[in-house]
Amino acid sequence: MQRYLFGRFLQALFSLFVLLTIVFFAARLTGDPVALLVGEMATREQVEKLRAYYGLDKPMHVQYMLYLSHLARGDLGRSIVTSRRVTTLVVQRLGASLELLAAALLLSLTVGLVTGVYCAVNRGNRFDLLGRIFAVIGQSLPVFWLGLILMLVFAVWLRLLPTCGRGGLSHLILPAVTLACGLSAGILRLTRSSMLDILSTEYIKLARIKGLSELIVIWKHAVKNGLIPVVTYFAVLLANLVAGAIVTETVFAWPGFGQLIMQAVIHRDFPLIQGIVLFVGSFVLLANVLVDILYTFLDPRIRYN
Amino acid sequence: MAVYSQKAFKNLCSIASTMRGAPKIPIVILVMVFMTAIFAPLIAPHSPTVGSLPDRMMPPFWAKGGSLNYPMGTDALGRDMLSRVIVGTRISLSIALLAVFFAGSIGTIVGLVSGYFGGPIDVFLMRMVDIALSIPLILLAIILAAALGVSFTNIIVVIVLLLWPYYARQVRGETLSIKERDFVLLARVANCSHTRIIWRHILPNVVPSLLVLATLQAAFVILVESSLSFLGVGIPPPAPAWGLMVGEGRVYLATALWLSFWPGLAIFLTVLSMNLFGDWLRDRLDPKLRQI
Repeated sequence: MQRYLFGRFLQALFSLFVLLTIVFFAARLTGDPVALLVGEMATREQVEKLRAYYGLDKPMHVQYMLYLSHLARGDLGRSIVTSRRVTTLVVQRLGASLELLAAALLLSLTVGLVTGVYCAVNRGNRFDLLGRIFAVIGQSLPVFWLGLILMLVFAVWLRLLPTCGRGGLSHLILPAVTLACGLSAGILRLTRSSMLDILSTEYIKLARIKGLSELIVIWKHAVKNGLIPVVTYFAVLLANLVAGAIVTETVFAWPGFGQLIMQAVIHRDFPLIQGIVLFVGSFVLLANVLVDILYTFLDPRIRYN
Repeated sequence: MAVYSQKAFKNLCSIASTMRGAPKIPIVILVMVFMTAIFAPLIAPHSPTVGSLPDRMMPPFWAKGGSLNYPMGTDALGRDMLSRVIVGTRISLSIALLAVFFAGSIGTIVGLVSGYFGGPIDVFLMRMVDIALSIPLILLAIILAAALGVSFTNIIVVIVLLLWPYYARQVRGETLSIKERDFVLLARVANCSHTRIIWRHILPNVVPSLLVLATLQAAFVILVESSLSFLGVGIPPPAPAWGLMVGEGRVYLATALWLSFWPGLAIFLTVLSMNLFGDWLRDRLDPKLRQI
């Protein structure tokens, strides 16, 4: 088990390294940030001086080695546009993004799992039909369009909730619902189909014959195995969630990573781009490792040797 | 000749009988969407990119100030929304088809090779798939789009990079079980080459689930492409890509809802029909295949 986890961790580190390397070189293909920074009136010397200041005059591989050596010491550099430390900029946005992600995740897990189980148990009745309609619609709605429509209805027409920005709970509702919609639909479908398989197995029949209450049969015996596919797909779900978060943040002007990375890409702010990718990448990869650990608890048949 | 036409007729009949029980409304919508894409320039009443400024910001025809000349209204540059949505069909569908085709081909080859040969090749290829699946690719897509510049070809490249691992994983899993079946072992005994076994004996058995995956992925591609276009890193203006149109109309949300409503509705209906059709196809061809 320990050996497996160690290997899994190393693999995650390697993935992160690949990601950072691709981003490092891809970002530099976008062009010269200094040209955007100084404008048309700058003299040649001024441009050269600035390029030297940011280390952009060195050959690409030297820049890369320097980047890695700084990174190993925990130094992410300074933003080219604002000259502030990348770490400070990213940490400022971390709270907002995590708040949105956590709210959406909580909402979609609750709605998706409970409705999914309920649909499977009541297979074929009206509730099941409604659940399935919700699932297929939820998966087909473009996040940005759903966000705009919700904003129009609840903020502009009904004036119940604020349109955008971050504040109290009322600010969180619209973006979280927007982001959670697609994810809960996905979780609902997965849970429903795996629960349908489980409910027809012998051990569930046995549990019922033993006279256990329906509540215990479903929520204790069946759900434990029914959750496994959800956990399996969690990595993919999480990647989709991060993608949706970037779009949702743009729609609702939510001050998180999404906005920051769009600005950084437009201004070719290399250190900032790399910093954000490092944070978001580590978050997703770490979550994947945690999911693998969770796996062994859910399903004792899976033992990593 | 007669034999051939009889055969063709039989094939048509078998296709028709396979389609029995297919969901009708999604198929009608999909056929309409495909027809619209093919004949877009003929159907569109106005130019999708050149507007007439005196007619700008006209609401749909039923609202006050609207005109039947522009049934869906016009945008801030006086371009006809209906024509833009019609021509946008072409962009979304061609990106979806091309991206799914290339990602499917790469993924299938990787999956077949990986599953059939096993050993170190398998370990290496699957490690690559694991890495590709665990990286938050939307970040990479945004950066690559900025790096390579926004264009039709680049968006397809970015989406292919995003999709191929799903096919590879699916095909590998099936190849692993198919290659143990008797007909493959017999082919091996009959001294068939590896290429022939993979091409003639394994691939045809993977096709059904590939079809299901491709239909559902095409829907996903339309969503990803429109998201990227919405963010401004997909299809560049003035092309009438649906996502881009929603993004452009966003500023006028409270005053001119129709600017983002129509293209969004087009995305929603197309994706919904593809998902419903894909679900039906999956139940029909491969009930075991799960999808998120």
